[in-house]
Amino acid sequence: MARKDSARKDSSPDVSRRKFLKGVAVAGATASAAAANAAPLGTGADVKRLPAAIAPTAHQIAAETAVPKDMPHLAGKPNSDFMVDVIKSLKIEHIYSNPASSFRGLHESLINYGKNSMPDFITCMHEESSVAMAHGYYKASGKPQMMLCHGTVGLMHGTMAVYNAWADRVPVIMVGGNDLDAAKRPPGVPTFHSAQDIGALVRDFTKWDDTPVSAQHFAQSFVRAYRYAMTPPHGPVLLSLDAGLQDNGVDDAGLYIPRYVASAPPHADVNALREAAKVLVAAENPVIVVDKMARTSEGAKNLVVLAELLQVPVVDQGGRMNMPNTHFLNQTAGAQALIRTADVIMGLECSDFWATVNQWIDNGEEHGHGLRESRIKPGTKLITISSVELNTKSNFQDFQRFQVTDIGMAGDAEASLPALIEAVKAAIPNDKKAAFEKRGEALKAAYQKSRSNARQVAALGWDASPISTARLNAEVYNAVKDEDWSLVTSTGNTSGWSERLFKFDRHYRWLGRSGASGLGYGLPASVGAAHANKALGRFSVSIQGDGDMMYAPGALWTAAHHDIPLLTVMHNNRGYHQEVMHVQRLSNRRNRVASLGKTAGPIGTSIDSPNVDYAGLARSLGWWAKGPINDPKELGAALKEAVQVVKRGQPALIDSVTQPR
Amino acid sequence: MRIVHRKLGLAALAAGLALSSSVAFAADATKGKANFMKYGCWQCHGTQGQGSPVSGPKLAPGPLPFEAMSAFIRNSRRQMPPYREEVLPKADLEDIHAYLSSIPPAVDANTIDLLKN
Repeated sequence: MARKDSARKDSSPDVSRRKFLKGVAVAGATASAAAANAAPLGTGADVKRLPAAIAPTAHQIAAETAVPKDMPHLAGKPNSDFMVDVIKSLKIEHIYSNPASSFRGLHESLINYGKNSMPDFITCMHEESSVAMAHGYYKASGKPQMMLCHGTVGLMHGTMAVYNAWADRVPVIMVGGNDLDAAKRPPGVPTFHSAQDIGALVRDFTKWDDTPVSAQHFAQSFVRAYRYAMTPPHGPVLLSLDAGLQDNGVDDAGLYIPRYVASAPPHADVNALREAAKVLVAAENPVIVVDKMARTSEGAKNLVVLAELLQVPVVDQGGRMNMPNTHFLNQTAGAQALIRTADVIMGLECSDFWATVNQWIDNGEEHGHGLRESRIKPGTKLITISSVELNTKSNFQDFQRFQVTDIGMAGDAEASLPALIEAVKAAIPNDKKAAFEKRGEALKAAYQKSRSNARQVAALGWDASPISTARLNAEVYNAVKDEDWSLVTSTGNTSGWSERLFKFDRHYRWLGRSGASGLGYGLPASVGAAHANKALGRFSVSIQGDGDMMYAPGALWTAAHHDIPLLTVMHNNRGYHQEVMHVQRLSNRRNRVASLGKTAGPIGTSIDSPNVDYAGLARSLGWWAKGPINDPKELGAALKEAVQVVKRGQPALIDSVTQPR
Repeated sequence: MRIVHRKLGLAALAAGLALSSSVAFAADATKGKANFMKYGCWQCHGTQGQGSPVSGPKLAPGPLPFEAMSAFIRNSRRQMPPYREEVLPKADLEDIHAYLSSIPPAVDANTIDLLKN
């Protein structure tokens, strides 16, 4: 598509890979046929009669020895140079990518014309990792990055990570190379790697996609894609980039790059906010539940303001660091009781508000579907602000079960908080302030009690081997607490001990989870976040599940190759532990003893026999590493050493063998 | 051997097992630890029965009396899947209880530097 005949006559396509690849294919076929004729499979005696090498044909001799004609050069600037200008206009810092021939034109322009700077090319080992790195980078920096891939096989690799980014409301700018012109593209592999519509692979979980057919179209679509991705609710976008379009020369003197102007985020309806404020002020036991609300530190600051105004407890579901856990109004530990006794519950950007106010008991009742029970008392008023319903799609079910609410606001919660705060201020009568203060005092006491209780519970199994998840978190926090640290990911589920034992006092202390719980997120997203934190002067630490690690271990190499400092501490429970418990549950329900085979968990769920040597794996890919560590008393010293390595600019991994949860 | 030991509770006590007073006969804590792993109890409650805030409550130290624990395990209708007699024989459950009873008291958090703040 868009490959003009005039360009073919005086430009590169005739001397391009098309003829080169065709020549290679013909030569290979000739050699194979000759060999087949000369030596049908037979005895050793037959083989001895073969010449040492197949004699070249006259055509081959001529091709190898003749002086080649001058190769025509592409006149002027290729479109891919202009595309680099467009990308640079948006100040994209990095392109996470596995190299692929379908975007070789753009690749060449990026590193030679663009000098491999703003953006630079970050070499990845799996497209799933490329997307996850861009995902992690955004969450640490607030800046969207690019992912570049083969539009077919590369994007197929990347789809799960795209779904995670979609469900986590994170912008990723994806470009997939694709050779559209069936009459001109190279046969064989490049044609395997072409498709009519690569966007179909991810259209159910991207905000927008397009297939530009000219350089100007690319410029408009790239800036548009960036703008759509960056308007809440954020999400990934895709451009299908024709290989021919990249190679063609710029032939439009009037090309221009549209200026990017961010769209204002969608705001909740002001009248609905006023109504919500009145309900919150009048409530006896209101609760605010937050999940992916604080897109930026401003969101977290405003949440504190709102909570303090009302002296209302906040339950942070951890999609982002919304409410500092050092603040007494963070009452996450008491969530169940608070929800049960609340008369008003306001959910802000909750991924699953149904499960916030209901619970599901996986006990096989109700014809095997499990019990559904309400967590709330009759008459509890429910309020939500969420941007998700502004951008929903039908196929994938990330919108979760439907929950009826009394006041539902479609809008970005962070952007809507200032107006809600003003509405609450206006709604608070003077005679309410004493009641609020009294509520606050009770919450202070509850906060202290829950902190104390958490410490006592953390002491259970303190010296256990495998290492308890509480001990793991306490040791890791102790090792990094004097740095300007950021817990970039925590996968494998350490029972919420990070939230209890780390001090989440700034927005970047905790970056949230994967979005759709697709495994293979933790390591590459950590590398991406650590990449961003390197420029920000922050110390990156991750707690890394073993099952998650094995989906994308190639990301270790990327971190080492690009000098990305990151402390990765393995939560190595030697299993896909969620599934360990699922199979056990079903075995019990069916009155069967779960068959263990040669593993610790039910067959098919454990990652042991043999145990994976994660330290050895990391070392082989350029990391400093230590482990496996079974004795919790050895963990502190190893972490201390690893912290020094990371401070010198290298990635370091500690393999700690841990309790299941 | 197991049957004999069960009838001779004193032998188990002599071995230093801190049995619940409600268990009428002794059981084997070593076997109990193996059973705790074999039957998957560790999966949600940790290998020392320390529990997890997300997957299952603490079982030890200080487990429920045997009868209470057994009744819950056999009849649970909530998140905990029930273990019927056909899946977890009573003798094995008694050993598990013995294992949980043998786990020493937790360290006081106030004596652990990392948990002081």
